[in-house]
Amino acid sequence: MCGIVGLFCKNPELELSLGPYLSAMLVQMDDRGPDSAGVALYRNPAPDGWSKLTLYSADPAEDWGALGLEVVETRARHAVLLAPGDADEAESRIRAERPDLRVMSAGRVIEIYKEVGRPAEFARAFRLADFEGTHGLGHTRMATESRVTTEGSHPFSTGHDLCLVHNGSLSNHNRLREKLCREGIVFQTENDTEVAAGYLTWRLREGATLEEALEGCLDDLDGFYTFLVGTADGFAVLRDPIACKPAVLGETDDWVAMASEYRAIAVLPGAAEATMWEPEPSVVYAWEKAVAA
Amino acid sequence: MGAGAVGRVRVGEGSGRLSVETEVELETVDLAATPLRELNQRLHDAESGRFRIVNPNGAHAVACGLRAPLDVEILGHVGYYCAGMNQHAHVRVRGNAGTGLAENLMSGSVVVEGNASQSAGATGRGGLLVIHGNAAARCGISMKGIDIVVRGSIGHMSAFMAQRGCLVVCGDTGDALGDSLYEAHLYVRGAVAGLGADCVEKPMRDHHAAELQSLLARAGFDDLDPSDFRRYGSARRLYNFAVDNAGSY
Repeated sequence: MCGIVGLFCKNPELELSLGPYLSAMLVQMDDRGPDSAGVALYRNPAPDGWSKLTLYSADPAEDWGALGLEVVETRARHAVLLAPGDADEAESRIRAERPDLRVMSAGRVIEIYKEVGRPAEFARAFRLADFEGTHGLGHTRMATESRVTTEGSHPFSTGHDLCLVHNGSLSNHNRLREKLCREGIVFQTENDTEVAAGYLTWRLREGATLEEALEGCLDDLDGFYTFLVGTADGFAVLRDPIACKPAVLGETDDWVAMASEYRAIAVLPGAAEATMWEPEPSVVYAWEKAVAA
Repeated sequence: MGAGAVGRVRVGEGSGRLSVETEVELETVDLAATPLRELNQRLHDAESGRFRIVNPNGAHAVACGLRAPLDVEILGHVGYYCAGMNQHAHVRVRGNAGTGLAENLMSGSVVVEGNASQSAGATGRGGLLVIHGNAAARCGISMKGIDIVVRGSIGHMSAFMAQRGCLVVCGDTGDALGDSLYEAHLYVRGAVAGLGADCVEKPMRDHHAAELQSLLARAGFDDLDPSDFRRYGSARRLYNFAVDNAGSY
């Protein structure tokens, strides 16, 4: 099972309500994934010369101020921090100095929050309704391939401002993980989706475009998947060639939405009149914010 | 039940001397205010009648397991397994339908004015399923007597192991149409991306054209000409084990 949701605001006014809408979508996917829930939000870009990290500590009393970074805010056991310079340097420093912490996301605009438990509980604990932002992704997990833990929840970071959520299961993840480890990709769990995320990280690092990296999944990943990939400017959708995992896309003048089922999209304003369609197997669909030249 | 309004609609029956004019109550059920189980129980308890369901909002299993000649109209998009296992009832969805539409339909009819997701009409034993838009993958998988008419196109692996009944596609089909087909009749007006194992094109004989014309008429698509369709069926090479096929398993 597992449930996926994504919302991309075309109308800037909708950005003020990204949190409540994404939260409502996520809660609709409760019975597809009661084990854990998570979201990636694209919002509040770090100032020039700074990068933004979302960190997780198993210790609810973690003293985030002691890290020597600028603490933007804390939600449950997650904190958003600003670090001077490049996100890679900040991430490496955290991993070296505090290996007990988990880097959930790194980049300039992304924030990832995820935790075990049902989506309504998650939405309350992380105050999802407060969020503004340009776009966001969410996932509700019904675990099949690895343990139910915070780290094994989705979304998974796949590089700066990139993340992946997945409905399905991969069958060649152990072999592929070994190969990616030899390429220097670091894994935190035994989870199959983390391997897909690591695969995308590796392909992008080697110079592939996001579309090329996703198309590579069709050859290199064995298993079932509907993927939703978040980028700094938008999101992309890919289904495996068999396409037994569901996906529906909807679009109005105000938004583009993706979900495992229509009932998650039905909570959005104007959903009944939206153009709805089912993405074809093996085809990459992508939306990007139009950037003024 | 629920907060639905009840209207009265006059329905004229027949035209001869013995015609009767009956009044059939139209009961409106708002799924935003009525639990799904309460709706389905009401439909199971009814022996006849007309129902209008509003605000389905993608709910699963709407109007399933009906056993009486009810007329049910659903305004909006439905989720999985809509109108599954029904007998005698006529269900019309004025929207799209999710996975497993009219699964194991026994008799009666189901009409969807939008698109249907995967496995529409799967394992259906009888009745008529009409989809005005497109149907996704695995349409008519393992169909056993249902007739399916799709005005648009259908996805891959449709009519897989289809045993009986007809699948009419006015648009195109995805790959592997009719893989491991038994005796279902497939009629396609557009392009076939690829035929599955043991599915072959067959000549359109007069009785096939008549069967197709009748199905198009029942679906309300009588603007289409049966001679624009091609017929596909089983080559019957997989019916019995052949040692030459051993390498295929």
